[in-house]
Amino acid sequence: MIRHLLSGADLDADTATQILDTAAEMAAVAGREVKKLPALRGRTVVNLFYEDSTRTRISFEAAAKRLSADVINFSAKGSSVAKGESLKDTALTLQAMGADAVVVRHSASGAPHRLAGWVDGSVINAGDGTHEHPTQALLDAYTMRSRLGRLAGLSVVVVGDVLHSRVARSNVLLLSTLGAKVTLVGPPTLIPVDIAAALAPGTDVCYDLDAVLPSADVVMMLRVQRERMNDSYFPSAREYARRYGLDGARMRRMPGHAIVMHPGPMNRGMEITPEVADSPRSTIVEQVANGVSVRMAVLYLLLGGNNR
Amino acid sequence: MAQPSAARSSPPRQPSVKVILTSADVQRVVDRIAHQILEKTQGAADTVLLGIPTRGAPLARRLAARISAFEGVAVPVGVLDITLYRDDLRRHATRAVGPTQLPPGGIDGRRVILVDDVLFSGRTVRAALDALGDLGRPASVQLAVLVDRGHRQLPIRADYVGKNIPTALAENVKVTLGETDGADEVRLYAGVASS
Repeated sequence: MIRHLLSGADLDADTATQILDTAAEMAAVAGREVKKLPALRGRTVVNLFYEDSTRTRISFEAAAKRLSADVINFSAKGSSVAKGESLKDTALTLQAMGADAVVVRHSASGAPHRLAGWVDGSVINAGDGTHEHPTQALLDAYTMRSRLGRLAGLSVVVVGDVLHSRVARSNVLLLSTLGAKVTLVGPPTLIPVDIAAALAPGTDVCYDLDAVLPSADVVMMLRVQRERMNDSYFPSAREYARRYGLDGARMRRMPGHAIVMHPGPMNRGMEITPEVADSPRSTIVEQVANGVSVRMAVLYLLLGGNNR
Repeated sequence: MAQPSAARSSPPRQPSVKVILTSADVQRVVDRIAHQILEKTQGAADTVLLGIPTRGAPLARRLAARISAFEGVAVPVGVLDITLYRDDLRRHATRAVGPTQLPPGGIDGRRVILVDDVLFSGRTVRAALDALGDLGRPASVQLAVLVDRGHRQLPIRADYVGKNIPTALAENVKVTLGETDGADEVRLYAGVASS
């Protein structure tokens, strides 16, 4: 088993499949009388969040607690970081406290990689800058597999701000490892030139959403980050919604079995209309529940044995 | 590494193997345990068989099939994976988690019979009891094993034993079953230093 989870590219097909299979067993715990397993008793997991996040932090916290690990939440606001402590000094502090795993979210791409060199425990990337968010890709893959029964050969369309999206990057890496075909769709300003070739061969780029919908098995909408709207990547919110937003009419052009995904939080009316977000094809709420199972699987597989 | 076949070096130690139960013996033993369960539980009403992977699972299915053949009682069968409850998790590389499947009626208020192939230290059964506690509250829990080889490290005993095999600690008991290994057999391997 790998020691850290920093990138979707850290996982080969066997390891990724093992995580998804383990997550399926972890999911069964949610339906039990006692929603807790003793596997990580006595282990300490630190949630080190330099960026605001609700669902990812809570999801990791729930996952660690269901495995009986002790959880320490560390957010940059109101901590020593606000007083100017460097990432390295924070890492050494966590090291001294005996953290077995550090779950880190940071605005700087590559921060988890640096952290992994400073601590003895496992480092799990919970989103770094515009780089990667591998557990989101795992939970997306898990959701696709449980809804559609397979990953190999699926046609996955990822729509939106690919340029700034760590979710898109990790998904392209992981999904192509698992045999799905990814097509990136968005305004040319938000899709870096050559990104497809740089991330994974076989990934397509298309600037026309309507052209790819009829053959999609999965349509994954990315959040349009409000701060980007002022950066002239596209003319206006209305124009973005008209060309790249998923509304009911577009949804009905998708094949009958196709699903709609969104990593959240959504901008209803912008990249996705309420009609689509609340339809039976939408897996948005399932993705949240699956996130806990997948993160339990990752924590167990990284910390459950003597893999150090 | 393969040693050169020099006549000088001592011949490789062949671990001596003894067949304890043949395929026919295994069938007879399973039949007997099925009868004992029927006798001791007065007809196996309100009873659930839970097999502990790997080989406890097919054994539990066989017991249920025999009980059904003898008295026409359908005993629900499930699988109880105990990986996450083991007490030696962090002494080994991470172990793969297997499926746990409870029968539709669950285990609350039922008599649960745990089924495993070999009873040795008792630690697997301890883990299974902990797992059961998190899954529900059975009325009672019993244990059926194909082979009891002794050397308990915990105060645990089986209610149904196919065969008691006195062993030395260094010896190894290996159960194979048609479902998992292609053929039914129980073998005793003489003490080879574990590698």
